[in-house]
Amino acid sequence: MMLPPIEELKTALEQLLPGVSLSVDGHALVVTPKDLEPVCQCLKETERFGLDYLANLTAVDYPPDRMDVVYHLCSMAQKHGPVTVRVSLPRANPVIASVTPIWRGAEFQEREVYDLYGVRFEGHPDLRRILMWEGFVGHPMRKDYVPEDQNAPEAA
Amino acid sequence: MALVGRGVLAGLGVTLTTFFETYPWGRAVLRLMGRQHTNGVVTIEYPDVKQQHAERFRYFPFLVYDKEPDNLRCVACKICEVECPPQCIHIVGPAKDEQGRPLKPKGRPYPVEFDIDVSICMSCRICVDVCPFDAIEMDNNYELSDTDRFGHLVYNKEQLLRPNEYFQQIKPTEASVVDQRLAAKHAKAAAVPPAAGAPPPAPPGPAA
Amino acid sequence: MTTAAVSELLEVNLGPQHPSTHGVFRMQATLDGETIVALKPVVGYLHRNHEQIGEHATYIASFPFTDRLDYFCAMSNNLGLAIAIEKLAGIPVSERGDYLRVIMAELTRLVNHVAVTGFVLNDMGAFGTPLLYAFRERERILDLFEACSGSRMMCNYIRPGGVREDVPEGWLNRARGVVTNFPRFLDEFELLLTDNEIIQQRTRHVGVLPKELAVSASVTGPLLRASGVNYDIRKVDGYSIYPKFPFKVPLGAVGDVYDRYYVRILEMRQSVKILEQALKEIPGGPAISPKGLALVKAPRTFRPPKGDAYGRVEAPKGELGFYLVSDGSPIPYRYHVRAPSFINLTVLEDMCRGQKVADAIIILGSIDIVMGEVDR
Repeated sequence: MMLPPIEELKTALEQLLPGVSLSVDGHALVVTPKDLEPVCQCLKETERFGLDYLANLTAVDYPPDRMDVVYHLCSMAQKHGPVTVRVSLPRANPVIASVTPIWRGAEFQEREVYDLYGVRFEGHPDLRRILMWEGFVGHPMRKDYVPEDQNAPEAA
Repeated sequence: MALVGRGVLAGLGVTLTTFFETYPWGRAVLRLMGRQHTNGVVTIEYPDVKQQHAERFRYFPFLVYDKEPDNLRCVACKICEVECPPQCIHIVGPAKDEQGRPLKPKGRPYPVEFDIDVSICMSCRICVDVCPFDAIEMDNNYELSDTDRFGHLVYNKEQLLRPNEYFQQIKPTEASVVDQRLAAKHAKAAAVPPAAGAPPPAPPGPAA
Repeated sequence: MTTAAVSELLEVNLGPQHPSTHGVFRMQATLDGETIVALKPVVGYLHRNHEQIGEHATYIASFPFTDRLDYFCAMSNNLGLAIAIEKLAGIPVSERGDYLRVIMAELTRLVNHVAVTGFVLNDMGAFGTPLLYAFRERERILDLFEACSGSRMMCNYIRPGGVREDVPEGWLNRARGVVTNFPRFLDEFELLLTDNEIIQQRTRHVGVLPKELAVSASVTGPLLRASGVNYDIRKVDGYSIYPKFPFKVPLGAVGDVYDRYYVRILEMRQSVKILEQALKEIPGGPAISPKGLALVKAPRTFRPPKGDAYGRVEAPKGELGFYLVSDGSPIPYRYHVRAPSFINLTVLEDMCRGQKVADAIIILGSIDIVMGEVDR
């Protein structure tokens, strides 16, 4: 079964979930942070969509004030996708609901985004740094992160 | 019930066959038994014996010159320096006179310094791909170990220079393609007055 | 008088530096006797911020770095990035280039699957023999890679639009020879391993991954298919020219370590079929489209339109995805790698719980991780 185009998907979602505010930007479905959980639940549970597989989860940093979290959803049962879902967060305090209870596959990916971008996922079972070490300060994938200067002369 | 251990015995048969394959007499036995076999020994006893590498095998770049070392093809356009993914190339130049005009002793500018850091280079060949003058090519000598970690592993211009004949010797196919391309380029440049014999102007490189 | 046996939980670190952890990888195991109660994977020892490097380099300059993600499958990694860039900028691929890319990707699958099978057997205690048999065969394919790309493992060969340079003369015949001989090696390998009673006892019903959990945890690749889920991106997306090749997707029934081993063997047989057909049908013509060639010669002139693209391929370890965001400059604004072995590690704890310590080693081996890709 083919997945409907993104506009129709949006209309269908609005009918199923009255009260959510959705918009379409390019090929991405833009969701507000508070609606993420019901929208994801609906995309997974509804027979027509059946998006049971979270292919990819990542963040994109847009200084000075925006931080996007991007989800790519596919269906393993119906073999369609990916559908791009995007959420914009305030960069100063990026907090969003975790989708780990919906898709287990988000567990490590959310930890990675937390580690590298500093987005906090509420409801995540074990939100710790994963690639950097405990006690590391900063988030190395943010655009304003200043890497260590390897060409700097060593202190004599 | 199938015989327990049959799978193990079949596996042991395979290892035994391989054991036979490693000896000439063993191969003779296998042939007598009418079994297919490979050549057995695959190990090469480096450094006494060296592996034959493919012609395209690449390890580290070198700078090509035609006939004499002064006549190197590099014009210090710095494209390779910019494009090098791990940023291991360092170029100073092109050489200039007191008025700031580029020196062109052989009809084209040349780099004052050209260093490549062996310890950073990752043998990706992107410098060769992007060079518009075919001035840099990949060497296949991989025995570059040294006792000094810092000083000796930065190769300077003199250490990097190799004649075109060397290139033709290690990579005949690639060298002949490059030679043909350069010959065509020179013929075209010679046909266009007034700068007869001069190489084509350098493309606008990134700002130095 | 009776004394109740008091059991105390014991914490053990498996790794980070141990030959069975396939690189610098640590498993924090909590043991009750010899049974695993909990197990936390600890990664990041090889982290070099590959994505940050990608956001400071041109699209083309990222190719040699992708070689170093999963260093067993450089060609597949190149292909993944090439497909994402083609999707982002709409670069056409030459027909011969498409065939060469499929040939390289399938050869890589053979390389990876023989190597991982050898490694798992090594973890089981079959020291050397199966691994070296596998490596002997892998060597022949690596020689092919060296002949076409100039490097055995860090190939840096596939580019958007095709491949960097055409294969040398006589290469296709050599490849045909290797591919023709491969099933004979597989038969020998299977005779050595498949029916071996010790292997069966060590692997059957060990580390079972249920179908539902596998889907929910975004597991991909042979690990997923061993659990009986029919999901192969070569079939689902039909990227490149895969729809031209009639191949089957082997599936497991139980989802244990044995099924994973056997699914890989069967996948290799299917890859051989694809290779035979591709090597027979490969057309002439340029190995790269003109647009792609321009990109190879001048990476900094390439400015993809604003937007984003998610390109994915079926790498030997699972779904390898590249998410690219372009802001119209020659350097990607966002470069993200969806690494299959990193996400497949999510289910390690679920598979190990209730198993013995010695089984954790082969379960890890059967996931098939490469730390270069896990840690990025």
